[in-house]
Amino acid sequence: MAELSNASRPDGKALVDIYRRMLRVERNDDAIRATLRRGRLQMPYYSARGQEVIPATISHLLNQDDQICTIYRGIQDMVAKDMPLKPLWAEIAGGVDGTCKGKGGPMHLTYPEMGIMVTTGIVGSSMPIANGLAWAAQMDNSKRVVVAYFGDGASNIGAFHEALNMASLWKLPVIFVCANNGFAEHTRYEDGTSVDQISKRAASYAMPGFTVDGNDTDDMYAHVSAAIARARDGEGPTLLECMTFRFLGHVLGDDDFYMDKAVKAAAMEADPLPALRARLIVEGHATEDELVALQAAIVAEIAEAQEFGLNSPAPSLDELRRDVFAQELPA
Amino acid sequence: MSEMIKMNGVQAINAAMVQAMEADAKVVVLGEDVGDREGGGVTGTMKGLSTRFGDHRVRSTPISEQAIMGAAIGAAMAGYKPVAEIMMMNFTTVAMDMIVNHAAKLRFMSGGQTSVPITIRTMTGAGWQTAGQHSDFLEGWFAHTAGIKVVAGSNPADLKGLLLSCIDDPDPCIFIEGGLTLFAPGEVSPDQGPIPLGKAKVVVPGTDVTIVSWSTQVLRCQMAMQGLAEAGISAELIDLRTISPWDRECVIESVAKTGRAMIVHEAVRSFGPGAEIAATINEELFGKLKKPVMRLGAPKCPVPFAKNLEDAYIVQPAAIVEAAKALMA
Repeated sequence: MAELSNASRPDGKALVDIYRRMLRVERNDDAIRATLRRGRLQMPYYSARGQEVIPATISHLLNQDDQICTIYRGIQDMVAKDMPLKPLWAEIAGGVDGTCKGKGGPMHLTYPEMGIMVTTGIVGSSMPIANGLAWAAQMDNSKRVVVAYFGDGASNIGAFHEALNMASLWKLPVIFVCANNGFAEHTRYEDGTSVDQISKRAASYAMPGFTVDGNDTDDMYAHVSAAIARARDGEGPTLLECMTFRFLGHVLGDDDFYMDKAVKAAAMEADPLPALRARLIVEGHATEDELVALQAAIVAEIAEAQEFGLNSPAPSLDELRRDVFAQELPA
Repeated sequence: MSEMIKMNGVQAINAAMVQAMEADAKVVVLGEDVGDREGGGVTGTMKGLSTRFGDHRVRSTPISEQAIMGAAIGAAMAGYKPVAEIMMMNFTTVAMDMIVNHAAKLRFMSGGQTSVPITIRTMTGAGWQTAGQHSDFLEGWFAHTAGIKVVAGSNPADLKGLLLSCIDDPDPCIFIEGGLTLFAPGEVSPDQGPIPLGKAKVVVPGTDVTIVSWSTQVLRCQMAMQGLAEAGISAELIDLRTISPWDRECVIESVAKTGRAMIVHEAVRSFGPGAEIAATINEELFGKLKKPVMRLGAPKCPVPFAKNLEDAYIVQPAAIVEAAKALMA
């Protein structure tokens, strides 16, 4: 993967925090899938199991007021950014206590307090809007940065190219984070993308582009730190292509018939979550007891959020006409 | 009251921009060629703004409609009031995802946590031999979308007042600049302030027939007024000004009085906004109508190039007079 000069490295405390965020994402994903299987949630679900290092490392390095625009496979990006889980669970359950009052659902989760500005169900649409948020930060003379999350498939849509060109031209404080999991829905990367690395596309827009091991905390940490520093210093955007693997297909229930079984098995064998856990112990950053306690706290938080969300009442039918405009207008 | 100033629509839009940008530093402009280095917009509506308010507030963009709309949406979510120009209305088709899936829906989908107070200015209209991809009135597409307001003034004073309201509105507005309305002269008070959205105007009062129209077709309806008078028809001309949300009260009150109504728009007649208005009149006034509501619009074909075809495509003043006669028969 690409080398950086003066690469920053995560210390033990950082690694523990990244692990905490990964575990929060993974446990939450597990709880969502279990609840779906029991029939207590009804929604399309796009698990990001296996990709946790990417949002966990980025969220560790972002400030609370830094903003993100993410996509339908983006619940991990919010959970990693420490979005409270109660309004998240109420939203995916279609409850009135949901962060969007049950009107957006899993594909449109929003939580501006933590900088979670847009979740889009349209491939490629996180990037142009991230530019606008970054443009506002620039006009405000703020040090705020914006992350646009998207997948490898999205780099083939026109909006990607328009957004990268404008971001580079205007030196916007935005970081384009592509989680390259090798598949655009069911289509293999090489059958849909003309370049062997998406990071090469950055050259067309005169911005730095790196292919990073998206399952390696240290590689991610170094590149994300550099990209954030560039953005905060007014030097403009960076494209990070983070190589990873999607353990559970495009949408839950997908049987992955299009994946090479051996490749998938090898990727799952190299699951970055237990690997980081083992490293924390070996390198002495955390004890077994501490990690057990950490997990117990996360599991308890999720259980409480789940209980809260699944019991949230359905929104009133008046909500159909509310929030269409600031003021309610006749149909 | 201050003395009225003679100006055309281009100048009125420019005056609105100056007023809005002076009043609020959060008003910013972006679009293709909007800066003074590029001429201040193809018709000069944005002339002088970048010189006066700075390139940071008036940004010429690449020819990237999705990026323009995305930048406007994001900046609006972060507290700005962007006025984004999509040069021609047909080019909005390139940015429909940003406009329809995002600008119009984010407030609702976020349960009111975010909002997108943008103004999309866009020019259009047949009559300039610009053919099938530079002339369409697509107001019906946007009026059919929940979460975006659709505005189209017909004269300089209204263009100024309506644009001021769009800029200050807490929600996305698409502001349609009909080609004819940009260059038709009028008088505007220097004190002209915002004109509320959703309020129609009775341009000419009358008792026999209600004519509902907007943008360029208001001008053609005005050209028909003499012919209508000569035919002994007292027509009440209503300029809708805002197509969505439209002023039902004004229209229903007028048709309740006249018992006859026609809607005249430049867009294609079938499935056009006239159908919505006609259906509403039927719902509200069934049994009180003296004749079925009439709709005048373009035939269902792309805007043609050849002058004779283009003239035939547009509902001309003579056709409006003939239609009114048929309603009176």
